[in-house]
Amino acid sequence: MLLKIKRVPTVVSNYQKDETVEEGGCGRNCLSKCCIDGATLPLYTCKNLNKSIGEKSEAPVKFLESLVLGEWEDRFQRGLFRYDVTACETKVIPGKYGFIAQLNEGRHLKKRPSEFRVDKVLQPFDGNKFNFTKVGQEELLFQFEASSDDSRIQSFPCIPLEADSPSVVAINVSPIEYGHVLLIPRVLDCLPQRIDHKSLLLALQMATEAANPYFRLGYNSLGAFATINHLHFQAYYLTMQFPIEKASSLKITSTNDGVKISKLLNYPVRGLLFEGGNSIKDLSDTVSDASVCLQNNNIPFNILISDSGRQIFLLPQCYAEKQALGEICSKLLDTQVNPAVWEMSGHMVLKRKEDYEEASEEKAWRLLAEVSLSEERFKEVNTMIFEAIGLSSHEVAEEEEEEQSSMNNGFIRVHCPSVKDEEACI
Amino acid sequence: MSLAEESSVVSVFTEEEEESLNRRYTLWIKEALDELPHNFTITDPFLSGHPIVFASLGFLKMTGYSRAEVIGRNGKFFQGPKTNRRSIMEIREAIREERSVQVSLLNYRKSGSPFWMLFHMIPVFGRDDGKVINFVAVQVPISGRDHHRKLTSVGDDVSSLDHSEFVFGSCRREVCFGNFVQHRALPVECDDDEQGLEDWEYCEASESEKLRAVEAINNVLSVLTRYSELSGRLVCGKRYCLRGVDCLSSSLVISLGRIKQSFVLTNPCIPDMPIIYASDAFLTLTGYKRHEVLGQNCRFLSGVDTDSSVLYEMKECILKGQSCTVQILNYSNRKDKSTFWNLLHISPVRNASGKTAYFVGVQVEASCRNTESKELRPETKQLSVVGAVRVAVRSSFMVTC
Repeated sequence: MLLKIKRVPTVVSNYQKDETVEEGGCGRNCLSKCCIDGATLPLYTCKNLNKSIGEKSEAPVKFLESLVLGEWEDRFQRGLFRYDVTACETKVIPGKYGFIAQLNEGRHLKKRPSEFRVDKVLQPFDGNKFNFTKVGQEELLFQFEASSDDSRIQSFPCIPLEADSPSVVAINVSPIEYGHVLLIPRVLDCLPQRIDHKSLLLALQMATEAANPYFRLGYNSLGAFATINHLHFQAYYLTMQFPIEKASSLKITSTNDGVKISKLLNYPVRGLLFEGGNSIKDLSDTVSDASVCLQNNNIPFNILISDSGRQIFLLPQCYAEKQALGEICSKLLDTQVNPAVWEMSGHMVLKRKEDYEEASEEKAWRLLAEVSLSEERFKEVNTMIFEAIGLSSHEVAEEEEEEQSSMNNGFIRVHCPSVKDEEACI
Repeated sequence: MSLAEESSVVSVFTEEEEESLNRRYTLWIKEALDELPHNFTITDPFLSGHPIVFASLGFLKMTGYSRAEVIGRNGKFFQGPKTNRRSIMEIREAIREERSVQVSLLNYRKSGSPFWMLFHMIPVFGRDDGKVINFVAVQVPISGRDHHRKLTSVGDDVSSLDHSEFVFGSCRREVCFGNFVQHRALPVECDDDEQGLEDWEYCEASESEKLRAVEAINNVLSVLTRYSELSGRLVCGKRYCLRGVDCLSSSLVISLGRIKQSFVLTNPCIPDMPIIYASDAFLTLTGYKRHEVLGQNCRFLSGVDTDSSVLYEMKECILKGQSCTVQILNYSNRKDKSTFWNLLHISPVRNASGKTAYFVGVQVEASCRNTESKELRPETKQLSVVGAVRVAVRSSFMVTC
């Protein structure tokens, strides 16, 4: 049985038309062969970072941040966005976690909903559907890449769009917050929406380079509310802590490369938190391994890159499947909140005034709890993931048990990883 | 440190940072604070970079730095690679929400060696205006003897045992609850303490350490309160009135302080649209002091030869709530009283309510426009200031107190 749901897709580009209507050729200044010759775009090359750099939130605004904000404000003033997101009222919902709600009636058009297939996380790229080669060049802000050596950060205001695989940063014309951009790795390669090691690393490098804990990157797989099947990450600025960042976590294990994997506690969504690693690449590769495993097992998921690239949340979900099978109660469906990565992290964009006025921590919690995998399913998924990462499930189970016994009152135990023998405690 | 080394220490603090406490608490405050035995620091959120403006002798001894090396630094200076991210986040959010916080934290001394301490920070409010004047932070070193406080809940009944005697022979060992409880440890010094410290995920402070922190905070606060009475501008530990509408929150000021270009924020809702914030760069560009510009309308920058039609154009844009860029002749208060061409960009800025709360004005001195190929285009740079202000203002009113 083919599982589908009806949704009004988010318009991320001014050139994104109804899926059924298709225009050939151009004059739209897009990225396809018809327009790309002679196209130029600023290029920002960051160092291929080996270690997370020290970030201080009182430190001066860094270059990349100025580039993103300056170019975004330029497009903002030129009227390229469908609405002024700063005119959308927003508030913190009172409660322990501080869920963030926004009233945004303009984000979702009153269009006829399209059908989305939600039973396959891996779907081949379809050039006929909207993809990022069809965006207007004015929607692109700059090219972004990591240099292959330890060279200095470089920036060039005007450089030809490289013939070989440029990665670009574009605006999202229906922003959730100010500065909402899309990172599109190797845009001309037309990669479908699926995680690969190189691309996730690029996203992590961008988070690290931005060096601002309030600039997060997110990813939605197909089936977890990605609307466009062309590989992209999203990012925006919000000077608040996300509820998911406040949740405590319980360490499950560490990989040989020093990547610490924990599970979230006291949060409505069950998920994994990856941090540490001897290098950014180690962290990125571990998460990629886990993501690829989920993809191959057809489990939809979202990724949140937080704390300037130091923390990565991996959140498997099953909401779309439940929706297609009619298992979601109408009250929740009526809010039309599609729990993508930002919602999962605690930032809720609400379409109806009554939902905004009556928003409560309890309601947010209830919605996200529906999205989460069950405890048993989550355990199964973890087993799969740990195998894929190369950790024997036997090791992991032991560590989990030990941790469990020391966690009786939520106390985090002292852990000194350098020692093997336990009897010499005294 | 040899004399030669001492003289090469560069003081990082500015006059404003040095004078920060004196202005509010009179010239005798530092002497009074020096009489306290505790380790503590005092910061001023209204200075760019949220710097430390006072560090107690105890603090200096604990960290191994001299006063000149600490004043002007942000508190993060003492953190390092193994400092727990979650704790850093907790402190950052407490500052942003203008509330107190108590958390164990790993800090680093000048020598590079790490140490655990209990970090307890409180905001100090102006009694009259509810503004956060300073943050006071107390640091109580944690002895590490009492990191496991929940032993009674696991396994055997050990309620009769005194927890403070459970010292681990070597802090490098992984703790195994089951085994440990059966063997009562003798108090032993941790030799390779410092080696393993960094790898500890957490280090809980003892009850007595927590009490010491509270006592220290109260002592510092009472000294500050007493001296603020003398200067007539009282402070207190609680907020007695809601911050005035025209009062920027300290967290907004901290965010704005990250923007290094010249700009001002004006409030269009107050008669004559006064300046409510001016960046350091603005003061440098125009040659005025902060107290001379706050509360004033920007017209003091115009003079005889300023084109009135340009002024009119700006006024129209403000009324319509639109952005505009103009080239306007401004008169500085610099030593040479020179005039300069100001490429000024103004734009309305909304806060979390969605309504316009301020106007931002970004000044670029026309002659200073660099067109270095490696830098941002001047237009982009100017707009990036607007963007950064929007991001800062958007969240500043979302704080729940």
